Amino acid sequence: MNFQKRLLRAEPNFRLLAKLWQVNWLYVLLICALAMVGYGALYSAAGGSSRPFAGPQTIRFAIGLVMMVCVALMSPRVLTRLAWPLYGLSLVLLVAVLRMGHVGKGAERWLVIGGVQLQPSELAKIALVLVLATWFHRVSYRRMVNPLYLLPPAAMVLVPVGLVLKEPNLGTGVIIGVVGATIFFGAGMRLWQIALLLLPLPFLGKLAYSHLHDYQKARITTFLNPESDPLGAGYNIIQSKIALGSGGMWGQGYLHGTQGQLNFLPEKQTDFIFTMIAEEWGYVGGIAVIGLLMLMVIGGMMIAMRSRNQFGRLLGLGIATNFFLYCAVNLSMVMGTIPVGGVPLPLISYGGSAMLTVMFGFGLLMSAWVHRNDNFGEGEDRS
Amino acid sequence: MIGRRKTLQRLMSRPDADTPSRGVFTRRALVVLGAQMAAFGLLGHRLYGLQVLEGDHFARMAENNRVSRRLIAPPRGRVVDRFGIAVASNKVNWRALLLPEETSDIPGTLDRFSALVPIEARDRARIEREIRHKRRFIPVMLHDFLSWDDMARIELNAPSLPGVLIDVGTTRNYPFGPLLAHVVGYVAPPGEKDVAQDQTLALPGMRVGRAGIEQTQDGLLRGQVGAVEVEVNAVGRLMSELSRDEGQPGDEITLTIDSGLQQAVLGRIGDQSASAVVMDCRNGEVLAMVSNPSFDPSLFDSGVSQAQWQEWATDPRTPLINKAVAGVYPPGSTFKPAVAMAALQAGTLSPTDRIFCPGYLDVGGTRFHCWSRYGHGSLTLKEALKFSCDVFFYEVARRTGMDAIAAASHSFGLGTNLDIELPHTRPGLIPTPEWRRAHGQHWNGGDTIVSGIGQGFVQVTPLQLATYASRIASGRAVQPHLVRAVSSRLGASAEGSHWPALDMPEPFLNQLRVGMYAVVNEEHGSAPKARLDIPGVQMAGKTGSAQVRHVSRALRESGHFDSSLLPWEYRPHALFICFAPYDAPRYAAAIVVEHGNAGAAVAAPLARDIMTDTLTRDPSNRKEPPGQVVAEVEDFG
Repeated sequence: MNFQKRLLRAEPNFRLLAKLWQVNWLYVLLICALAMVGYGALYSAAGGSSRPFAGPQTIRFAIGLVMMVCVALMSPRVLTRLAWPLYGLSLVLLVAVLRMGHVGKGAERWLVIGGVQLQPSELAKIALVLVLATWFHRVSYRRMVNPLYLLPPAAMVLVPVGLVLKEPNLGTGVIIGVVGATIFFGAGMRLWQIALLLLPLPFLGKLAYSHLHDYQKARITTFLNPESDPLGAGYNIIQSKIALGSGGMWGQGYLHGTQGQLNFLPEKQTDFIFTMIAEEWGYVGGIAVIGLLMLMVIGGMMIAMRSRNQFGRLLGLGIATNFFLYCAVNLSMVMGTIPVGGVPLPLISYGGSAMLTVMFGFGLLMSAWVHRNDNFGEGEDRS
Repeated sequence: MIGRRKTLQRLMSRPDADTPSRGVFTRRALVVLGAQMAAFGLLGHRLYGLQVLEGDHFARMAENNRVSRRLIAPPRGRVVDRFGIAVASNKVNWRALLLPEETSDIPGTLDRFSALVPIEARDRARIEREIRHKRRFIPVMLHDFLSWDDMARIELNAPSLPGVLIDVGTTRNYPFGPLLAHVVGYVAPPGEKDVAQDQTLALPGMRVGRAGIEQTQDGLLRGQVGAVEVEVNAVGRLMSELSRDEGQPGDEITLTIDSGLQQAVLGRIGDQSASAVVMDCRNGEVLAMVSNPSFDPSLFDSGVSQAQWQEWATDPRTPLINKAVAGVYPPGSTFKPAVAMAALQAGTLSPTDRIFCPGYLDVGGTRFHCWSRYGHGSLTLKEALKFSCDVFFYEVARRTGMDAIAAASHSFGLGTNLDIELPHTRPGLIPTPEWRRAHGQHWNGGDTIVSGIGQGFVQVTPLQLATYASRIASGRAVQPHLVRAVSSRLGASAEGSHWPALDMPEPFLNQLRVGMYAVVNEEHGSAPKARLDIPGVQMAGKTGSAQVRHVSRALRESGHFDSSLLPWEYRPHALFICFAPYDAPRYAAAIVVEHGNAGAAVAAPLARDIMTDTLTRDPSNRKEPPGQVVAEVEDFG
């Protein structure tokens, strides 16, 4: 430790090296482990080939890894300054995707910029975590009793949520909302404030359902009774459950999952990658992946709790919760517990946009860890 | 680093209270983390339920997903003639197919293909339509019935024709075309009703017999459907084969027909609208069954054009009808032996009785004319048959009564259902007073009189006439049949004379045979033209001319009546029945020439030629076809 402290006080070049030393390499190892699971699954999804999924995904992961380390080295001061422009950019992109986005499955989700597919909602989530952490870092716990201090961050949550819902992307919209709410909760929102907020929720839910798109309603109704439309909207759910079930305890063997290899499983390289893994590796493999995901979330939360500044804590909470929500929604979806909605399994599903934003998020988390003892411009809380 | 016990203890026991917000955060973060872990726990539990507890159920559903049973059409059985010459077979059909997913440039491939094997513009349009509408892994037919040269060209140029493959299928082939169309029938793709009855008919390549042997023996010819179990993927594409059951090819049907004789008989008939049946009079095997004009049975496999239907339907010579079993004609004078038998059995006539023919017979105020204006004088039965005197049989019929005549006729097979292996047969009719009453009409004495010479309501088919001649010749109740063997297992009837003897005394039958011998062979017999030109072999026969229009008395008495001057459709039918050799009958035949005018002039020489051909070929006593074997057409299955 002494060595590290000496390094931190040393020349700027050495300080960078010291920070690099500070990066939580155990956590990075965990991330790499998950990425390897993803590589294996994508290799199988292509019928035993690194093309077209596993290879490109690995390159993206490598880029993401470098980006993560870069972000990890950025100090919270810089990040708080970056928060607002990034948030603004994400809102602009969300509006842009609504206006000229690429239409896929009845929803506008992708924006193609310079040949790169971009999902602005992914960026919006990270930007929201960043901007909320910044806000609550400056507003002290004591001042939060005054609801007026809660109104601006509430708007910061609702605007992107509204835009994403309008895309319409129900799954991501809900995830952004829940991530926002969790940060409110972690920041110290009073329990009576929460209770007051929850009262009109059932009413809002009813209103929301009436504004759902037909295909989203179909997902909800077929979820409740998937066999009512076995070849239509219920097909994904049924096939996913069949594939999971046919995996059994020990699985059908790597590259030998009949449902996945024979293409009965829809979108097996993206949303339903977990089904594919669990079919080939069985319950044992599925639980192992869930265990890895749990370790990721626990690690993220511990990093958050170890931070000595509110910004780092909330950043960690937001990133970890975001990761958790992605996993939970995706797993519930493939197990037929909640209606299907295009939410990938982070680090494992095929897709560049999600991979890069997830790695960017881990970069922020790592920055919170590296700078966990930093003290800067926090609200008047110190006793 | 992160999970060190010290850190954890500090977090759990006493929230690090360097700021109030950190304390609040730590507590709340633990709550959130707890909730998250609980959620993971629930997911793990759910996964356990799906994979372990309900695993078997889903595994079964997965198997259903994956394994698809596909049926394979068995090759349809062949139909061969008595010497094993194929008359209905399966022809190999080499086809060029295009698998759209294997070529990136479909128009280019098609262009290059049609440079080798020309594709008509109409076909090209169909191909392009199919490529658009079918899934990309389902092959589209480019060209069928490829020749060896075509195939060689395609194989040679395979590198420039990605996705083009050569495939073999079968179509039904009728090497003799119209010659045996009425006997063999034809096949056509099954209709919706057929498929509703038998699901396996929905298989591509399955055909249903629509006429002739193809129809009546359809169950045997069709065979047993086989099945392959294949592994398919989600879009139904075949991935691998798990098991295979080839099924059972259809049975081969051996006909009693001698295709060479059939050809000879048709050659004799030429282009007349006529029917001829040649039978083995001992065992009932039908050796030739000609109905002219005919049609091309292979047209039905691919569908018959509207114009073709129209042509067939409006042709007065009814090419689609098998006249041998579905054409009904008044037997005319060929009926006389049956009437004589009825009288002999009833005792109303003895072989020595004489009846005087003055040229007419008056019964109940109506005068019935003999064909000879001046009469035949006093006649015995044998002479009456020889001259075919009408008055003799008017009188005999009057004495005997219609019921006895009908009974004898039925014993001879006339006016009955002969149970031959053909569809759409007609039973004809031997009228009785009872039948007339059933139709609300009164039976007149005159009806019996005209029935005595096979006119009036009497209607028979050529097959019945041939059976009738066979039964007279053999004295046995032979049944005509067309199927000699099924998959080389001979039918019982092929062995010989196991048919029961007719319930008629042999001396009476002999009277008929003697009379029929006289018709052909004696001086002044009515059919001298039927005499065989084979030394030592004689034929017995009986002529018939059946009026299809009533000839008025005035016209007949004017003496200027000549039926050959009538329009074709009003002329009488010319008939002849015969058997030979006279002293040891083996073959019997019946010939009906529609509107041929006179049996003696038209049908008798035909019968002579046909019987000469039959005796020369002698199909019943041979194992191999005589002379040059008809070259077999390239054959499959």
